[in-house]
Amino acid sequence: MREERLQPLAILTRPLLALTAAFAFTTLVLLSTGVSPLEAYRLVLFGAFSTPVRLSDMIMLAAPLLLCAVGLSITFAGGLYNLGVEGQMIAGAIAAMVPLRLWPDWPPLLLWLLAGLSGATGGALWALLIGVLRRYAGVSEIFAGLGMNFLASGLVLYLVLGPWRRRTSASLSGTDLLPLELWLPTLDRLRLAPAAPVIALIGLAIVWWALTRTRWGLEVRAVGLNPAAAGRLGIAAARRMAETLAACGALAGLAGMIQVVAVHHALIPNISSGIGLLGLLVALLARADPRWLLPIVVLFASFTVGSIQLPLTLGIDSAIAGVLQGALVLFALASRARR
Amino acid sequence: MHIAVEHLTKRFGAVCANNRLTISFAAGQIHGVLGENGAGKSTLMKLLAGYISPDEGRILFDQTPRRLRGPGDALAAGIGMVHQEPLDIPTFTVLENLLCAAPPGVFRSQRAALVALQELAERLGFLIDPSARLDQLTVGQRQQIEIMRLLLCGAQVLILDEPTTSITAAQARALFAALRQIAAEGRTVLFVSHKLEEVAELCHTVTVLRNGQVVPPGQLPMPQPQEYLLSLMFGEVGAAPPIYRPLPSIDAPPVWELRHVTVRSGTLQLTDLNYRFAAGRIIGLAGLDGSGQQVLLRLLAGQLAPEQGQIVVNGRDLSGAGAIAFRRAGIEYLPADRLHDGMIGALSLADHFALLQGKGVLVDRQAAEEAARQAIAEYQIKATPITPIAALSGGNQQRAMLALIPPDARGILAEQPTRGLDVASARAIWNRLQARRDAGCCVIFSSPDLDEIMEYSDEVIVCFAGRIGPPIPRALLSAGRLAELIGGVGFDALVATAAS
Amino acid sequence: MEQLWIDLAAILAAASPLVIAAMGETLSERAGVVNLSLDGTMLLSAMTGFAVALLTGNLFLGFAAAALVGAAVAAVLGLFSLTLGQSQTAVGFVLALLCTDLSSFLGAPFARLPGPAVPFTPIPGLAELPILGPLFFRHDPVIYASFLIVPFTAFLLYGTRLGLIVRALGERPAAVYARGVDVNRWRYAILITGGALVGIAGAAFSLDLKQGWSYRHTFGSGWIVLAIVIFGGWRPWRVALGCYLFAALEIIATRSQSTLPDIPPQIVQVAPFVLMILVLALVNLASSPVAVWRVTRLPTAWQQPLLAVITRLRATAPAALGQPFERP
Repeated sequence: MREERLQPLAILTRPLLALTAAFAFTTLVLLSTGVSPLEAYRLVLFGAFSTPVRLSDMIMLAAPLLLCAVGLSITFAGGLYNLGVEGQMIAGAIAAMVPLRLWPDWPPLLLWLLAGLSGATGGALWALLIGVLRRYAGVSEIFAGLGMNFLASGLVLYLVLGPWRRRTSASLSGTDLLPLELWLPTLDRLRLAPAAPVIALIGLAIVWWALTRTRWGLEVRAVGLNPAAAGRLGIAAARRMAETLAACGALAGLAGMIQVVAVHHALIPNISSGIGLLGLLVALLARADPRWLLPIVVLFASFTVGSIQLPLTLGIDSAIAGVLQGALVLFALASRARR
Repeated sequence: MHIAVEHLTKRFGAVCANNRLTISFAAGQIHGVLGENGAGKSTLMKLLAGYISPDEGRILFDQTPRRLRGPGDALAAGIGMVHQEPLDIPTFTVLENLLCAAPPGVFRSQRAALVALQELAERLGFLIDPSARLDQLTVGQRQQIEIMRLLLCGAQVLILDEPTTSITAAQARALFAALRQIAAEGRTVLFVSHKLEEVAELCHTVTVLRNGQVVPPGQLPMPQPQEYLLSLMFGEVGAAPPIYRPLPSIDAPPVWELRHVTVRSGTLQLTDLNYRFAAGRIIGLAGLDGSGQQVLLRLLAGQLAPEQGQIVVNGRDLSGAGAIAFRRAGIEYLPADRLHDGMIGALSLADHFALLQGKGVLVDRQAAEEAARQAIAEYQIKATPITPIAALSGGNQQRAMLALIPPDARGILAEQPTRGLDVASARAIWNRLQARRDAGCCVIFSSPDLDEIMEYSDEVIVCFAGRIGPPIPRALLSAGRLAELIGGVGFDALVATAAS
Repeated sequence: MEQLWIDLAAILAAASPLVIAAMGETLSERAGVVNLSLDGTMLLSAMTGFAVALLTGNLFLGFAAAALVGAAVAAVLGLFSLTLGQSQTAVGFVLALLCTDLSSFLGAPFARLPGPAVPFTPIPGLAELPILGPLFFRHDPVIYASFLIVPFTAFLLYGTRLGLIVRALGERPAAVYARGVDVNRWRYAILITGGALVGIAGAAFSLDLKQGWSYRHTFGSGWIVLAIVIFGGWRPWRVALGCYLFAALEIIATRSQSTLPDIPPQIVQVAPFVLMILVLALVNLASSPVAVWRVTRLPTAWQQPLLAVITRLRATAPAALGQPFERP
C-alpha cells in the first residue's frame, strides 16, 4: 500500500488496464452485431448529456441509484452482501404509497415527509427480515435477500393487480397516477425534481460522515472485518450487522419513495427497475469508499440513459449499457489482484 | 532411506530460518530434532517434505540430489510428514481418507486397501475401525491413521512434528512402540520435539537447532546429559529459578463465583461447578486438549451460558447474560488465536483504542493515537500507532492484546497466552500478566505446557476428561504429580478429598 | 387418477433444466467453488443454444454451444477468483448481471422467433407400461438425461475415487494438496465441468422446456437453483428433490389458474418462487441451533425422534466453500 502511494503512475496503470479491457470487450460485443461501435459509444457515453431532457432523466436515475449505492456501502463495510436491496426498494415504494393513498387531501409537504418516513421504515423493516433469517435460521444474507426480492415482487404485483388496481381495470402498467399536486415539484418542462438529487446527496454526506468519523462507523468496519474479534472487544456484532442492514434498507426505501413520487408517480410492478442491482455494481466498483460513489453513479446512470436511444437510432438493444457496466466492474475486480 | 541436506538455506525476508545446514539422517533409526520456538525446526521439516523449496543448498535421498516440487512430489520420493494437527479430511471415514488421492496403483480396490490397513494396524499395534468418521476420533487416533496412510502410500521416511502435544499418555506409548517398529523395519523417523524426556526415551540420535544452525555441527548420539542439551537449545542462559510467593488471603469478594453450574459445549458437559476465584492470583488450567479447560474459560467469559446454576461476577449475578455484559463487569478474554478472534488484522492499534473509547458519537483520533503511542512505549510493541495489527509479529500482537485490556479489568482469561511465542516474548507477556495480578486482577489461563503452568500459577486446576478438579496451591504440587493428574492418575481421589 | 400421472410427468419434465443446472452447481460447490453466476450463465447459454440451433438447424450443435458458453463463464469465474484471488461472491454476482445483459443484447435479434426443439421420443416398449410408462418413458432425451444425471452425480461423488478428491477439495484442500493434488487445477476442471452442465441446462430451457428465446427467458430460475443446492445440503438426491418440489409448485400454480380465475397470472408466475423460499427458510429454521435448543427443553420421550429429524434436515456446507486456497 505504502509503496503504491509513492508511485502515482503505478496506481493508475491497473485501473487504466481495467478500463481498456472493459471497453475492448464491449467493443467486441458491439462489433458482433455489425453496428459502428463509435456511433454506439457516442450515444452511450455522451447521449445523456446531449439535451436538457436527457440530462434531467440521468439525474432522476442517479438519485435513487446513489441512495442504493450509499446504503450498500454501509452493508459492504459491515461485511454483508445485501442482494436484497431490490426488495427493500420495492418495500419502500409500497410503504411510501400508504400515506399517499390514505390521506390524499393532506398538505403535500406533510405527505411527502410521511411518504419518505414510511418508505424508509418499510425498506428498513424489509431488510431487518434478512437479518432475522441470517441470525435465527442460518440463511446466508445473499439467499435471504434474493428470497425477499421474490417476495417483494410478488407483493407489489398483488397490490397493483389486486387491492390497489386502477379504477378502470387491473393493469400491469401500475396503479392510478398520483394526483398532480402530490408529484414532487419538477423544473419547468423537464422531468427533473430537484428534491430527489438533494435527498440523495444529503444521504451520501451523512453516510460518509458516519462511516469515517463516528465510532459507530468504525465499529461497523470492525464487525465487517472480523465479527468474532469485534465481539471480544465489546462490540455487539450481531446488532451492528442488523443496523447496517436497516440503514441500507432505509436508504433503499427512500430510493423507492423517490421512484413513486418523483419518477413514475404511481406504483408499478417494475418500480425498482434493477436500480438496486446496479447499485451493487457501483458499490463493488467503489469498494464501498464513499468518495468514489458519486462519480461512478453519474457515469453509470449516464450509460443507462444514453443507451435508451440505441434501439431507435441504431436498432440494437439497450442492454449494451449493462454489458459495459458489468465489464467495467469485472475487470476492475481483476485489476485488484495481488499478483 | 538415508537423507542428507547440504548447505541448506532458507530465508523469510530478513530472517534466515535455516542457515547453511548440513546434516544427514541414517536409515533404520529414530532421529530427534530439538530446538526452541523459531530455531528453524519446522522450516527444515517443511523443506524436507516439499512444502517450501530452499534458497540455496540441496537435499539428497540415498546420495541422489532431488528437487521437490511439492508435498506430493516428496511423498512420491518416499517422504511423509505427520503434522501436529493431522492433515486429513474430517468428514471422511478412515477408509475414504486412505483412498483419497492415493498414488495410482497403490490400492487396487477398496477391499485391498482395507486388508492392507488392517494388516499394518496389527503390525503397529493400533486399534482402528475403518468405517469410523475421522471427526469423531481423537487427535491421537487420527495421527495413527495418518502414519499408516503415509506408510501404505510408500513413505520410507516419516517426519513427525511435535506428535505428543495433544495425545494421551497411553497413545504416546503406543506411538513410540509403533515408531520403534517402523525404524526396525529399516525406515527413517525424524522426531521433532521440544520435550527432552521423550527424545531421550525414543531417539537413537539427536540434532539440536539454534538460530537456524546446527549446534554443535552434526548429529549427537543419544543418550546425552539433559543439562548439556538444554544449554545447546537455549544458550548458556538457563531459566531463572521461579520464586514462589505466599498467596494473599481471600478477603476481597471473589471475581467469579460459580454455584452449582452445569454447562455444555458440543459433546462436553461440565456439571455442578462450585468455585470462588479470588482477586490477586494466577490460576493455571492444566489438562490434555479438550478436557474442559476451554469450556470453563468460555463459561467464565460469558460466551457459554450455564444450563443450570448461577455465575456471579464481582457480586453481580450474570447467569445467562452475554459476553458483552461480562466485559462490562470487567472480564477480559484473550483467545489463543490472536488474529482469528482476538483483534482485527486490518485495523491499527490506534483504531483498536478508538473502538474502546466507549463514549461519544465521534471517534477521537488524537486521543486514540496518543493511547496507542503510550501502549507502544509501555509494552515495547514494535509498531507505529497506525500499523495494521496483521503486520505485527506474534509476540507484538500478544503484547498489543494485553495493552488493550482496560485498566479497570478485574478478571483476565487467557487461552494459551504464549502460544507460538519465543522465550523472550513469553517472559515479557508473563511479566505483564503478573503485574496485572499484583494490581488485583484474577488471571486464569490454560496452557498445554506443564512447565508454564508450574512456573507461573499460584494455583493449579486440573481438567480431566470433562471433569474439573479443585484448585491446588502451586507449592503443594510437583511436576510429576501434575503429569499424573493430567493423565487421570489419582484424579478421583483428589476430587473426593476436596469434596469432603 | 389419470390426471395425477399426467401432472406428475409434467413435474418431472418441468424440473429437467433445474436438475441439470443444480447437479452442475452441486459439483462445483462440493469442490469448494460457488458459481453465483448461475442465473446469468443459464440465460446466456439458453440464448446461444437457441441461436446456434436456429442458424445451423442442428440441435446437437445448439447444446454444444450452450455447454461451451457455460464452461467459458465458469472459466472466467475461475480465472478471477481462483487465479486472481478475488471474492467468488463478487465475481459471480458481476458475471450474473453481465451475462444477463449480454443475453438481452446479443439475443435481441432472436427474440420470439420460432425455432427447432428437442423431439418427443417415447422409449419403445417401456412407454407402454402402466403408470411407469407415462411417468418416466414418454419424454424427450433432455428429460431422460435429467433422470440419469442425479444417480450419476451421486455415484461420482460417493462411489468413486474421483468423488473422494472432489469432496476433499471442498472440505480440506490443504489435505489434498499434501497428497500431491494441484488444488486450483482440479477446482478449475470441476468448476468448468459444472459450468458446462449449467450451460446445457440453459439450452434445455430454450430448446425444450420453454422453446424459443425472449428477454430474461428463464425468469430467475438460476437463483432458485442456487438456493436449492444450499438447502439440499449439497447432496445430489436431496438437491434433485428440491428441484422437483419447485417444479411441482410451478405446475400447481399453473393448474390452479383455471380453478381460481381471480388470481392474476403474474402472481401465479411469482408464487412458486415465494413459496419455495418460504419452504427453504422453514427447513433451515427447523434445523437451526435454536430449534435444537428448544427440543432439548421438551419431554425426553419426544427429544430422540425430533432430534433425529433435525439431524436429517441439517445441511452442513463444505468447510472450505468459497474460500481461496493458499499453499501452506
